Amino acid sequence: MTAIQETPAKDAGAGVRREALYFALRNGKLLAGFGVVAVLFLLGFAGPLVLEAADPNAYGSQPMAPPSGEHWFGTTTFGQDVFAQFVHGLRTTFVVGALGGGIAAVIAMAVGFTAGYRGGLVDEILNMVTNIVLVIPTLAVLLIINAYLGVRSVPAQALFIGLTSWPWAARAIRAQTFSLRTRDFVALARLSGSSTRKIILREIAPNMSSYLFMMFILLFGGSILIASSLDFIGLGPTEGVSLGLMLQNANQWSAMQLGLWWWFLPPGAGITAVVGALYVANVGLDEVFNPKLRET
Amino acid sequence: MSLRVSELRVYYRTLKGDVKALDDVSFTMRDGEILGLAGESGCGKTTLGKSLIRLDGRMRHMGGTVELDGRELPIGDDRRMNEFRFHEVSLIPQYSMSAMNPTRKIGKMVGELLRSRGVTLDRAELESRLDLVELPRTVLGNYPIELSGGMKQRMVMVISTLLNPSLLIADEVTSALDVSTQKAVAKALTGFRDAGFVKSMIFVTHDLALTSRIADTIMVMYAGRLAEKAPAGVMVTAPRHPYTKLLINSLPEVGVRYADKKLAGIAGSPPSLLDPPAGCRFRDRCPLAGDECAQEPPVAEVEPGHFVACWKA
Amino acid sequence: MMLRLDNVTKVYKVGAFGGKAFAAVDGVSFDVRQGEVVSLIGESGSGKSTIGRMILGLTSITTGSITVDGVPVKAAKEYYRHVQGVFQDPFSCYNPVFKADRVFRMIKDSYYPEVSGAEWDERVRSTVQDVRLNPGQVLGKYPHQLSGGQLQRLLIARALLLDIKLLVADEITSMLDASTRIDVLNLLAELKERGLGVLYVTHDLSLGNYLAERTVVLRNGTVVEMGLTEKVFGDPLHPYTRKLLAAVPRLNAPWEDAEPTGVCRYHAAGASGPLLEAEAGHFVACARLGDCPR
Repeated sequence: MTAIQETPAKDAGAGVRREALYFALRNGKLLAGFGVVAVLFLLGFAGPLVLEAADPNAYGSQPMAPPSGEHWFGTTTFGQDVFAQFVHGLRTTFVVGALGGGIAAVIAMAVGFTAGYRGGLVDEILNMVTNIVLVIPTLAVLLIINAYLGVRSVPAQALFIGLTSWPWAARAIRAQTFSLRTRDFVALARLSGSSTRKIILREIAPNMSSYLFMMFILLFGGSILIASSLDFIGLGPTEGVSLGLMLQNANQWSAMQLGLWWWFLPPGAGITAVVGALYVANVGLDEVFNPKLRET
Repeated sequence: MSLRVSELRVYYRTLKGDVKALDDVSFTMRDGEILGLAGESGCGKTTLGKSLIRLDGRMRHMGGTVELDGRELPIGDDRRMNEFRFHEVSLIPQYSMSAMNPTRKIGKMVGELLRSRGVTLDRAELESRLDLVELPRTVLGNYPIELSGGMKQRMVMVISTLLNPSLLIADEVTSALDVSTQKAVAKALTGFRDAGFVKSMIFVTHDLALTSRIADTIMVMYAGRLAEKAPAGVMVTAPRHPYTKLLINSLPEVGVRYADKKLAGIAGSPPSLLDPPAGCRFRDRCPLAGDECAQEPPVAEVEPGHFVACWKA
Repeated sequence: MMLRLDNVTKVYKVGAFGGKAFAAVDGVSFDVRQGEVVSLIGESGSGKSTIGRMILGLTSITTGSITVDGVPVKAAKEYYRHVQGVFQDPFSCYNPVFKADRVFRMIKDSYYPEVSGAEWDERVRSTVQDVRLNPGQVLGKYPHQLSGGQLQRLLIARALLLDIKLLVADEITSMLDASTRIDVLNLLAELKERGLGVLYVTHDLSLGNYLAERTVVLRNGTVVEMGLTEKVFGDPLHPYTRKLLAAVPRLNAPWEDAEPTGVCRYHAAGASGPLLEAEAGHFVACARLGDCPR
């Protein structure tokens, strides 16, 4: 081993976080991705308030109207305003993403950190559980659960998604924790009398914060996709509006055949935009946190 | 004269500016010479070794020339260097354990490597060299993981020198090894030179005592510059540069004990190479520093073969 | 007798399903007294670092016992008040996302929550000065802004903030430059003058020789020779110790001169045996000690 660089980097005062911010503000992918998500987010949360329309599902007097000044995105076969449905649907989509992704992230971190730090028998058991959940055919289970219990609300749907989509993230966190726990600063924290919980929260987790953040983004996007698929095949919440439900309705009432493109295009584009932008932002984040991928 | 390096400058490109890792270094090497390149971390010794074979992505050739056997090495041009690598200049990397493909048997890997260089493997020659470094011939049928650290290091040595390069660069090859293995590897290196497999060798290390055992000439670098270059025996007994003197005095030889003779290190630390101060770079830590040290000291030949860059030498 | 190891063994299960047992440390006994530096010397795989980690409670002991002032090793807060460690890689010892002086803050949070902030800062500053550092230069910096030597000294200062009796220094100078490592070694020597016991784990014989009162030479998990440093280095009895010493490169003497020539006719046989007392305080694990032509 070569001796360590003895020259103190006197002018490296910027620090790791400052450096990350520097690159974040110069990363086109990250800015574009988060920009798109932010616009849609604002639309989803401010839109319903501005529109004042109490019920986006209310029937209107002008069925099958193409986009116009009155109805920006046109209307459905029943005269419902597609734009009103779209902004409400966006809101649902973000709620499902945040809740489902959040639940999955919490479980993934609990399992991953515990398994990776403890090792041994605890790791074996948790790893087994993780692998079992990983190979469960999620869609089939959801079909069965839905058939018996019925998923009636958005939070319930998010819960189911969260409970089934954590395994890959748990495995990734476990692997990272495994390599971090052998580092000497963990030994030193133990010699400082820190408890296991404190070591995980205060020593290990901060070291992978960028990693955890990216993982949450992927889980967030994944939840939106799963929710949309479930909605589309008719397993979505029966109350409210979501982008997936809009697609399902459009399909059910033959919007495609009737040439009502304004009915299915906005929700389809909305889902694609949110998930796509999140993934692009994630690639950007990867470049920010991983110096090897930086283009400069 | 096998190697002539003139006014070589190699900088590292970083976000904060250029790190002047190698700043105006000139020296020559005879045929058959082993040059021990010593110094502390960040002094530029590894950069110098790398510059002679392959600049990595962040390194920029900023000036100066390298001449090997009368031909100029195009060190700034990665592609044109290819014809020299392995044939004329070869390198033994520090971590030989990761230098070999773990999924190939060693013999097969050597054959593939040579074929990629357009050379066919001379099995008898390879085996005789294995004998020289005291490796059993059966290692060719083994996977790298089956060899110990010292064995892998010697195997990489054999591979690097198969084409009889003119210059071999050994970069900290013994640093990760135990003392007894270290000795075997060091002896094998001198054996290669004696057998004529390599004409000359640069042995990069931070261990002065080890260098003094195998090198003919020792060159000590400090903060990207040459501090002192002298025959090995002269360097350890009569160094002239204050840095070399202090460095040698800080080494505890076997037999030196704290209770009897308290040694001292060198206070302070080397200057940042991002924006090194003008004049002598050792000035801040030097007990002899005077006003003239604000000027950069030239490398002067104080005795035949003994070069020192110090006003006070 | 402060630190005492009594027949300590560490067995790792290796191979598929842990079917094979591998003894990294096998029946090691020695002790470290107050105000004394003992160097534990061995090559890679000798088990020297495992012993260090067992003393610090970071690795469990398979059989045997380790006690400090009669108290067995316990991975607990009270134990660490008196026993501390410094490790090989200074950069790995600091959490790279936090400032380096956080190691002091952690000590305060765990052991001295009642001490006021101002008083603690004063203690930190004076301890940092004790390890020959300038508080203004090293406090409030990130680890990558400090040099390896500075980081190792800060870790020694961290240990000194506690009421420590024993410091385990595991290869703490092997990643430092020659010009700075000697100062860190001198610092360890000063600790013993404060009445601490220091276990200096190293692969470097000349550094062990420089620093320690007593030396323990390990090979494949067992002690082959131990005793006063001047005895072990000046008159090595075990062929392995001799071989190690002969391999150390010296500045002014060629290797060949240091090579033992026919000193031990059992050299090739890999002499080993129970640890016997060859002379007062000098123990050698050589079955043929009686035949030794000294």
